[in-house]
Amino acid sequence: MTGAEALIESLLQEQVEHIFGYAGATICPAVDALKAHPEIGYTLVRTEQNAGHAASGYARISGKPGVCMVTSGPGATNLITGIATAYLDSIPMVAITGQVPSYLLGRDIFQEVDITGAVAPFSKHSYLVKDANDIPRVVKEAFHIASTGRPGPVLIDIPIDVQEQSLKRFAYPAEVNIRGYKPSVRGNDLQIKRVVDAIAQSKQPLICAGGGVWLADAREELLELAEGSEIPVVKTMMGLSLLPTDHPLNMGMIGAHGNHCANQALAKADLLIMVGTRAADRAVVDPREIQRRMATIHIDVDPAEIGKNMQAAIPLVGNVKVILRQILDRGAPVTNSAAWLEQLTDFRRAELNRRFPHREGYVFPGTVLRKLGARLDDDAVVCVDVGQNQIFTCKYLPQKNGRLLTSGGLGTMGYALPAAVGAKVARPDRQTIVVCGDGSFQMAMNELAAVRAGGLNLKIVLFRNHTLGLVHQIQGSAPYHGPFGVALDGSPDFETIAQAYGIPSLTVRDEDRLDGVLDQFLAAPGCGLLICEVHPDVGTND
Amino acid sequence: MNKTFDPEKKLYTLSLLVQDIPGVLSQVARLFSRKGYNIESIVSGETSQPGLTRITIVILGDELMVNQITAQCRKLIPVQVVKILDEETSIQREFAMIKVRAEDRAARDEVIQMANIFRANIIDVSRETLTVAIFGDKSKTSALIRLLSDFGILEMAKTGTLAIERGLSSIYDDSKLRTEYNYGKNVL
Repeated sequence: MTGAEALIESLLQEQVEHIFGYAGATICPAVDALKAHPEIGYTLVRTEQNAGHAASGYARISGKPGVCMVTSGPGATNLITGIATAYLDSIPMVAITGQVPSYLLGRDIFQEVDITGAVAPFSKHSYLVKDANDIPRVVKEAFHIASTGRPGPVLIDIPIDVQEQSLKRFAYPAEVNIRGYKPSVRGNDLQIKRVVDAIAQSKQPLICAGGGVWLADAREELLELAEGSEIPVVKTMMGLSLLPTDHPLNMGMIGAHGNHCANQALAKADLLIMVGTRAADRAVVDPREIQRRMATIHIDVDPAEIGKNMQAAIPLVGNVKVILRQILDRGAPVTNSAAWLEQLTDFRRAELNRRFPHREGYVFPGTVLRKLGARLDDDAVVCVDVGQNQIFTCKYLPQKNGRLLTSGGLGTMGYALPAAVGAKVARPDRQTIVVCGDGSFQMAMNELAAVRAGGLNLKIVLFRNHTLGLVHQIQGSAPYHGPFGVALDGSPDFETIAQAYGIPSLTVRDEDRLDGVLDQFLAAPGCGLLICEVHPDVGTND
Repeated sequence: MNKTFDPEKKLYTLSLLVQDIPGVLSQVARLFSRKGYNIESIVSGETSQPGLTRITIVILGDELMVNQITAQCRKLIPVQVVKILDEETSIQREFAMIKVRAEDRAARDEVIQMANIFRANIIDVSRETLTVAIFGDKSKTSALIRLLSDFGILEMAKTGTLAIERGLSSIYDDSKLRTEYNYGKNVL
């Protein structure tokens, strides 16, 4: 058995069902070994960065590490943004890169880069395999590290001669034993008791839930605690779809681009319970102010997050699902939050019922998203890009019991379409929607080929305002001197682009026609592109 | 941002036990540079256990910053132990070799005398130079270097600080597991 065959066999042992890749010379042995295993699906993306994003979308919907495999040199460097995007969102991913022959390493030969060195700052761990006999252990460890504790991307770099090398024998390890890696699972009992007491004493408690709740698969526990103790919930962008929009305890998304109601709740709470969130700058603009004003509990699997952005009075380190269960096992604490809830509910209602502005000849994104959300399946997956489209979607798309996938941490434009490819591959039965702008769509529209090749039924909603909207908006106020370098001149006619890929499209400029167009768009079989004409001066605070 | 919490800075000594694999030293050092922390000194060397390397790092910082970098270091997979050593319960030493210009007898005598006072050794003699080797804590080596500079230091090679705990306690007491579960008052 060769190293390449051992690699594929190891992936099979890890129950890998799909790989997103881009072949090249130094990864050829592994790709060749893959050919003998049709039970592992393969998607050829159209640039390596998107292999990372597709693996990320796959991981977030399947709950298993996403796998991507590309070649050395430019293949590996193109993948870097995909890896960094996954790292900032703590997405479990195993990235495999080919490498030049090990005996030529360091000589700057054709398509050689030090990729393990390059990704070190934003990968959870990386391996450069120098002996094929190490491959089973390395793959086992990589999947373990990627998917346990705080998940994240792990890179395995395999020189081509190691892929070709013969193994003495193949034995897949049953267990992992990494001395320096023992993530905490259970929360400390003493701290749990302090948390329960603090909740019971609070009058205006607030849960702030982040992406960590999804990563730990703890949505059910979170809802049980919130409902049992009647604690309103705000979410970060990464935790957005944890509660349906119409849930009585859902107070929206916090942050600079968040809902008014959520930020009011954050300002007025007397106890903040942060669950699986690092409270980064976009979510919590002034952490010291929060610290000064209220007691804080911070539940997170990563001990390095405690005190990084915010000093919590009661830190609690461990798996979010396990910890929430430990709290619930003591019986959900009783709070006196009725008056608090009523106050917030009024804010929330006013915000949900607000009227959107209207401009003749254009559609307002909030109006489209509100109508779109109402029409989606209960468990629909919505992949949203970065820019104004992201802010509008997070603020105004009604959530049910589906998922909203976006690049929350790194803010990578062009994430949505490839992530949707991964999500749809993971669960072809779930309705999958892409929301993007005309800027971000042009960063990823080459993946329409992967969409077509995979026969993936994606619905793409494109807000076209002919500019990089969010930057346009930022440039519109001091200290800047007005929009520059953001007009998307020379953009193609997206209907023609869609047609070239054999994808039907619709364009809407009139809000009166929206209902009919959305019905038609969603009901049509197969892929579809809906272009929504948005005025360039529309801002996210309109 | 951490700086605003505690403006008081002092020297901290971190002792790390890491797996002896390629790139581990740069991986650790990178964490400090990415946070914008300056390493005062860094020393790496083997331990009594094969496959394990001990890295001793001295940084100037405040408590919050040191706790944060400690937590970040612990996250690195090859890092097995990170311990903050304080001056009272640990012994800290450094070693320096100082080549001094001493061309006449009077200068030579004076350098030798100075070395004796500091219990340093003369490890090389030539017609024009003397090389002094000193081993001691930071204040002692700095004092000697200051005095010798009057003669003209031609060159100097110096290690960073090495540190070890006094008494029975050792770096092996402290596993990642223990510190992560140890909530006396705060996880940090």
